[in-house]
Amino acid sequence: MTHKPAALVIGAGIAGIQAALDIADAGFPVYLVEREPSVGGRMAQLDKTFPTLDCSSCILTPKMVNVGQHPNIELMTYSEVVAVEGEAGAFHVTIRKKPRYVEEDLCRGCGLCAQECRMHGRVVDTFNQGLGKRAAIYVPFPQAVPLIYTVDPTACLYLTRGVCGKTFKCKDACPTGAINFEQKERFVEVDVAAIIVATGFDLMDPRTKPEFGYGVYPNVITGLEFERLSSASGPTGGKIVLNGKEPQDMVFIHCVGSRDPHTGVPYCSRICCMYTAKHAHLVRDKLPNARITVFYIDMRAFGKGYEEFYDRVKEERVFYRRGEPSEVYRRGDRLVVRGEDSLLGRTVEVEADLVVLATAVVPRADTLAVAELLGLACSPDGFFQEAHPKYRPVESTRPGVFLAGCCQGPKDIPDAVAQAKAAAASALVVLKNTAQDLPQRHEDTKKKL
Amino acid sequence: MLMDIQQHARELGLGLDLFSCIQCGKCTGGCPVSMTTALNVRSLVYGALIGDIAGPVHREELWDCTCCFTCVERCPKDVRPAEVIIALRSLLVEEGKVPSTIGNALMGIFRQGNPLGYAREDRTAWMDGLEVKPAQEGCETLLFTCCSSAYDIRAQAATKALVRVLKAAGMDFGHLGTEETCCGNEVRRLGEMGLFEMLVEEGKPLLEEVGAARMVTTSPHCMNTFRHEYKLGMDVLHYTQWLARLLEQGRLNLTGRVEKVVTYHDPCFLGKQNGIFDEPREVLKAIPGVKFVEMDRIRERSLCCEGGGGRMWFEGTNTEGRLAFQRVQEAADTGAEILAVACPFCMAMLDDATKVKGLSDRLKVMDIAELVAMAL
Repeated sequence: MTHKPAALVIGAGIAGIQAALDIADAGFPVYLVEREPSVGGRMAQLDKTFPTLDCSSCILTPKMVNVGQHPNIELMTYSEVVAVEGEAGAFHVTIRKKPRYVEEDLCRGCGLCAQECRMHGRVVDTFNQGLGKRAAIYVPFPQAVPLIYTVDPTACLYLTRGVCGKTFKCKDACPTGAINFEQKERFVEVDVAAIIVATGFDLMDPRTKPEFGYGVYPNVITGLEFERLSSASGPTGGKIVLNGKEPQDMVFIHCVGSRDPHTGVPYCSRICCMYTAKHAHLVRDKLPNARITVFYIDMRAFGKGYEEFYDRVKEERVFYRRGEPSEVYRRGDRLVVRGEDSLLGRTVEVEADLVVLATAVVPRADTLAVAELLGLACSPDGFFQEAHPKYRPVESTRPGVFLAGCCQGPKDIPDAVAQAKAAAASALVVLKNTAQDLPQRHEDTKKKL
Repeated sequence: MLMDIQQHARELGLGLDLFSCIQCGKCTGGCPVSMTTALNVRSLVYGALIGDIAGPVHREELWDCTCCFTCVERCPKDVRPAEVIIALRSLLVEEGKVPSTIGNALMGIFRQGNPLGYAREDRTAWMDGLEVKPAQEGCETLLFTCCSSAYDIRAQAATKALVRVLKAAGMDFGHLGTEETCCGNEVRRLGEMGLFEMLVEEGKPLLEEVGAARMVTTSPHCMNTFRHEYKLGMDVLHYTQWLARLLEQGRLNLTGRVEKVVTYHDPCFLGKQNGIFDEPREVLKAIPGVKFVEMDRIRERSLCCEGGGGRMWFEGTNTEGRLAFQRVQEAADTGAEILAVACPFCMAMLDDATKVKGLSDRLKVMDIAELVAMAL
């Protein structure tokens, strides 16, 4: 790395990736820290993107590869920021590198270890939202950056029980001797002038709305689960099938938890109207004869090309019915969605083989801990607070720390990228000023000594 | 009709909030009677908000509401939609425009302290052969029997069983005897606010004078109003909660066996409105021999029996499409021999439905207390 002041970007979803690339392209060094084994974040889980229907992986993967190879980016995956001291221009940051139990410089990503793992096909695949199973040693998805395997400490037989048969099958299978169960966590300390927080979002657990029967009926799923079901890289290879059957009647439900102070989500999650329209389109694309019903309260198609996309999806024989359904129950081997079609002014029962819930976007579960770590404030909705809602939308309440993406509030990919680029530009101001100040600071330090 | 329903509701002490409604329809969509009657609570909320409700006088369906409060529980904006119905009912009550059977029930409560119109001095007839201590002598637990539990022949059997169980557990409990008066839970929900206020004014001191540590009610309806509207200076428990506690503490030993397949119907006032889902199930599962099975629509998604909100005394505008008919079929479909209930209204509605649907030879409706008593 150069002697120029560096930036720290926390979180390597699309917002963090974009911010890191812009700063790196401007010639400043970037530490990009991601707590998962791979960069990519939520966008890597998506099938297509609205309204252009670009394949999400196809437009994300080049950027992922770019952050992995950029000479100005030091990528630290499977790592977490644990301490931040100092001030704008001179932050001192401690990063914990969690043990992968795989030597990063030896692993070639061949996957023989995973094939041989005794837990192969038995560990809940979180990347696939629990719809598939993987091994205890894994990469979250084939395009992972870096393509380095990681041992899941919560699933590995050796790490959880102290024994895994007579011999380590993964070690035996590895052609480069990369697997090392002696690996320990390491702490790395870095000096940075600016920090960009891009830690993303969680989705509300739909069990908070027990009336929809999520967790009771396997064919009631969330929007993100549908993304994995529809994705070519997902557990069904992109076929919309559940228990080996193609659904013929699909019901999508908007606003599950959003706009609902009862669930602690008084706000609109902003992305659900459009991704549900996209889901409806994907179903029509794959199941030409399916009956598709979308229940909505208010249709919010506010972005560029969004209303046009909504028009297109309706033309594709998707029934938009106004009303928030109240209940899902079983009748025979089918589900019944009961709700009022408020335009008819009548309660209706719509039979379904698959019900998809557009669950609310909520702050990361550990937002408060991260806020404390970084000295940030949260707004009443629980997301990180920007310094001014209009004029300082990417600055946090702490000078030198900037916000990008959904950690500041729900937003779609174009908005997340726009905010990331704005955060990068703001961070670059600090980096540039710090670079100019460096000789002066050097003098000051000398005087103090 | 032009009047400020919001203001009227406020004067009645209701929490109705018309202005926060987003017309999502979740209330009507979950309303158990919305598919069988003309009642549409979303539409009523909108009409009340903009001051355009065609005279509720002509709206007989206002009396169809069972006050199960599914709409209140699920409303994302805390509108409390059912309360628009209560507010509109109260206007009809003020004008004396109530269905005659409801008028009779209210009159019975006013005159005799019970909606059935039976004599006040007969309230303890169910005690015949049982020694129940007068609460006025002082007791740790006050047993409050719902009017149905006291007068209705079928429900009386459950009340007697409960007393036997409490005695077997060595409980110190008493009963107000003929001084016990209707709690008024349904009176309030019928919009007869004046009568309800009178019942609270007279009932509250009577109940508190006993000096009991807690009250145990036979009905979730009584429990509900005592808990939330009387604001009594003692714990109010439903009897299934108390039995679950006695079992957990080892104070109630069940040595007999009930070799039956049993399912359970959640009462709205116990489950949806007060979040008590687990205790009745714990009690049933603790009965030796019982094989417990669940229906599909349970807990927060339970189907209303249609007996609340005054519907015990009003047939409703559609007697063909009774929810209880549907419910007993759902229970029978599980293969259960016994449909366990924990509310005298559910008992009446569902017991009746098994007869109408010709299911009474294979499905028996029994109170949880009766099943526990069988295992003593």
